[in-house]
Amino acid sequence: MALDGSKSEFKLVGTRPLRPDGIDKVTGRAKFGADAYAAGMLHGAIVRSPHAHAKIVKIDTTKAEAMKGVKAVVTRADFIDGLKGEMWNVLENVMAGDKALYDGHAVAAVCATSTLAARDAAKAIEVTYEILPHVTDVDKAMAKDAPVIREGAAAPGTPEGMHPNVVGYHESGHGDVDKGFAEADLVIEETFRTEATHQGYIEPHACLATMGNDGKGEVWCCTQGHFHVAKVCAALLGTDASQIRVTASEIGGGFGGKTAVFIEPVALALAKKANRPVKVVMSRSEVFRATGPTSSTSMDVKIGMKKDGTITAASGVFRLQGGAFPGAPASFTAMCAFAPYALENVKQIGWDVMSNRPKQAAYRAPGSPMAAFAVESVIDDLCKGLDLDPIDVRLKNASRQGTKASYGVTFDRIGLVETLEEAKAHPHYSAPLAEGAGRGISCGFWFNHGGETAVSLALAEDGTVSLSVGTPDIGGSRASMGQMAAEELGIPYEKIRTTIADTATLGYNEISHGSRVTYASGLATIEAARDTIRKLCARAAAKWKIDPEAVVWEDGCAKPSGPNAGEFEPMTLAKIASSMGRTGGPIVGHYEATPEGAGVSFATHIVDAEVDRETGSTRVTRYTVIQDAGKAIHPSYVEGQFQGGAAQGIGWALNEEYIYGEDGRLQNAGFLDYRIPVASDLPMIDTVIVEVPNPGHPYGVRGVGETSICPPLAAIANAVSNAVGIRMTELPISPPRILAALDGAK
Amino acid sequence: MIHVNTKINGDETEFLCDPRETMLDVLRDKLALTGAKEGCGTGDCGACSITVDGRLVCACLMLGAEADGREIGTVEGIATGEKLHVLQQKFLEHAALQCGICTPGILVATKALLEKHPDPTETQVRYWLAGNLCRCTGYDKIIRAVMDAAKDMREAA
Repeated sequence: MALDGSKSEFKLVGTRPLRPDGIDKVTGRAKFGADAYAAGMLHGAIVRSPHAHAKIVKIDTTKAEAMKGVKAVVTRADFIDGLKGEMWNVLENVMAGDKALYDGHAVAAVCATSTLAARDAAKAIEVTYEILPHVTDVDKAMAKDAPVIREGAAAPGTPEGMHPNVVGYHESGHGDVDKGFAEADLVIEETFRTEATHQGYIEPHACLATMGNDGKGEVWCCTQGHFHVAKVCAALLGTDASQIRVTASEIGGGFGGKTAVFIEPVALALAKKANRPVKVVMSRSEVFRATGPTSSTSMDVKIGMKKDGTITAASGVFRLQGGAFPGAPASFTAMCAFAPYALENVKQIGWDVMSNRPKQAAYRAPGSPMAAFAVESVIDDLCKGLDLDPIDVRLKNASRQGTKASYGVTFDRIGLVETLEEAKAHPHYSAPLAEGAGRGISCGFWFNHGGETAVSLALAEDGTVSLSVGTPDIGGSRASMGQMAAEELGIPYEKIRTTIADTATLGYNEISHGSRVTYASGLATIEAARDTIRKLCARAAAKWKIDPEAVVWEDGCAKPSGPNAGEFEPMTLAKIASSMGRTGGPIVGHYEATPEGAGVSFATHIVDAEVDRETGSTRVTRYTVIQDAGKAIHPSYVEGQFQGGAAQGIGWALNEEYIYGEDGRLQNAGFLDYRIPVASDLPMIDTVIVEVPNPGHPYGVRGVGETSICPPLAAIANAVSNAVGIRMTELPISPPRILAALDGAK
Repeated sequence: MIHVNTKINGDETEFLCDPRETMLDVLRDKLALTGAKEGCGTGDCGACSITVDGRLVCACLMLGAEADGREIGTVEGIATGEKLHVLQQKFLEHAALQCGICTPGILVATKALLEKHPDPTETQVRYWLAGNLCRCTGYDKIIRAVMDAAKDMREAA
């Protein structure tokens, strides 16, 4: 891919125009997943297992089917048979087969003429279960006598002789860690645990589906990846991906949790059976019980350091519980753990473990925040033990351009050192601390991702532009796409309308994940604009009867490239567009690729926390995020990603956790008991945008959405540990844990 | 079915509803006013915030039948024709929304706050909005937008 046209001078990029979907969103007009209605529409409801692990003996639907207004009931029998691999996993999760594998697992669904009728009918579906022993803890799930979730699920490469619940293994690193530990003046080894948390998007999963018996279907849904939804639905219903047209609604938060498919195939199956449109909307309790949590973890980290702060060796074992299916991001956890540091001797191992919990889903830099919590805690203890400044030590060991990363790649241009230097110089780092408060810092790392991307850019006769991208806008990306297109074309931002095109309109677009949208769809937008410019220049050349190579595009106009090309009045985009029907037809630029140059990114966070020793509650009093964005296209939305990641990290560190009872049922499946940070919990969150351009993007963009959640768990744990003088090794650091730690220290 | 006569955003409105249907169900499913969102259905998230006779209420905690004889305000009634309310404008200028699902509820709630307390402190704004969950922004830009709108509204008053 030609990226030699990299730019550093901008007119629109780096400014803060209003988002194009803004008025719809402040007036209530924007249509989210649950906001679509169709003539003749039915409402669906899903029956879910109340047991953590149970054989499904019988499902009796006769009573439900006889109820007023009920139009169809579906069970696993209404989906395709014979799927293999990950598609089988998805189907098994969407609708249970022989066994219910977790509290909340879908076992049947019904649709009726009203929501109330559907819910009543769901209650009338009688499921007979044979309860099986269950396990929800990662370490217990690996133990010899643990109940088996499923035999034969282990991925190739998983060591022999492990419990069948152990389904994946990752090992990487370089050097000789034993030699490295022997060279250290201080070695610290510690075990850490983190509980599962939920992405906590405020919009529950929702969809509206129609499907005829001709195999043609339409889906409207809130998703991070509508092309993926089409692919999965087609596979689960046994039809062709091209026959399922999916339109992405406005999306009310995702954070990775809406990369997975849950209700869309169910709605399609109900719609097919009832031959009417069916809407399915999850309740909040369904969202907690059956979708997305992160893995819970158990981790051992060992690091050796010399008196001067040089890390001589680092090793880690990361055990991730990913619910009743393979796929916990154990390899990401292992690979991210030591990535911020240039290490001669490093080794990391990751274990993917199944348990009777919902299938884990991606959550913002999946696997990385937990690793940072463990690693950065140990580094902080080493700094304390050797009386060294935590930023100086991190600077001394920081990964730079040319560093061979802990997970194998050699880093290109990266900005970790710059974030640490900014942190050290920031007034927050030197501000006096209140009595009893603690300050913590942490670094964090995320890979970022490119992925399959297609963009189309069409001109209208009046010189305005319709930009179609295929990545759902989860945080203001239509604004940044519009800025990049306007920057290239040299026309006002307001002349562009950016639309998230449906699956029938564009080539395949990978999910909005991996912080890829501004990078990959942005790159494709820039290249589609450049393709358009070539076509515009060709039209001008034809009119002027000169070689297209002799035409350049400047300030929104085609111009002769120099005096030798001839003397012609520059032609604006609008002028060329106004006559395009007569000069060769519609002008459409497009670009399709799988860009590989997503630059990795790093952040450093500083946090102050105060702990109330009476109640055990912690208050974050000051927070600063410093992160490398490569190039901030729309700084307000970059800051927003920084702040949002920090806030979610504060929740994860201090409050949020999945609490299971002895019976294996989730005990806090609601926002009252699973408490995410509210406005009165948080301070303002200060941000510093560092810009070390990514060589893999024409404007230098790096993804920013995920890295922001990598440092907070560790930074807050360090601050709290400094405040109370006790190393906190389990998340969340909730009041009972603080009080127990304070009691233990007495 | 219960026959209800009410006023919504100033318009006389009548509807029939099941005694079990919430005001949120009625607004969304019967009246096509989908600005109020259901984030939880248990009064914990505030995404369905409306006003009832000027008082801030979670529409998911109120029955549709209870609207009889009341005046209901929703996010659809905040702007005046084409003209956005200062709060709406400030939310756009401060980039105080990312996904936007919580925005209608937060706008209804902050409008109710500023009608009662035109000169709130940051702490007052934070505690008033403690019943409106936002998962995207960390609240920073929301608080700034509200404080800025309050200032403009005081100056215009």
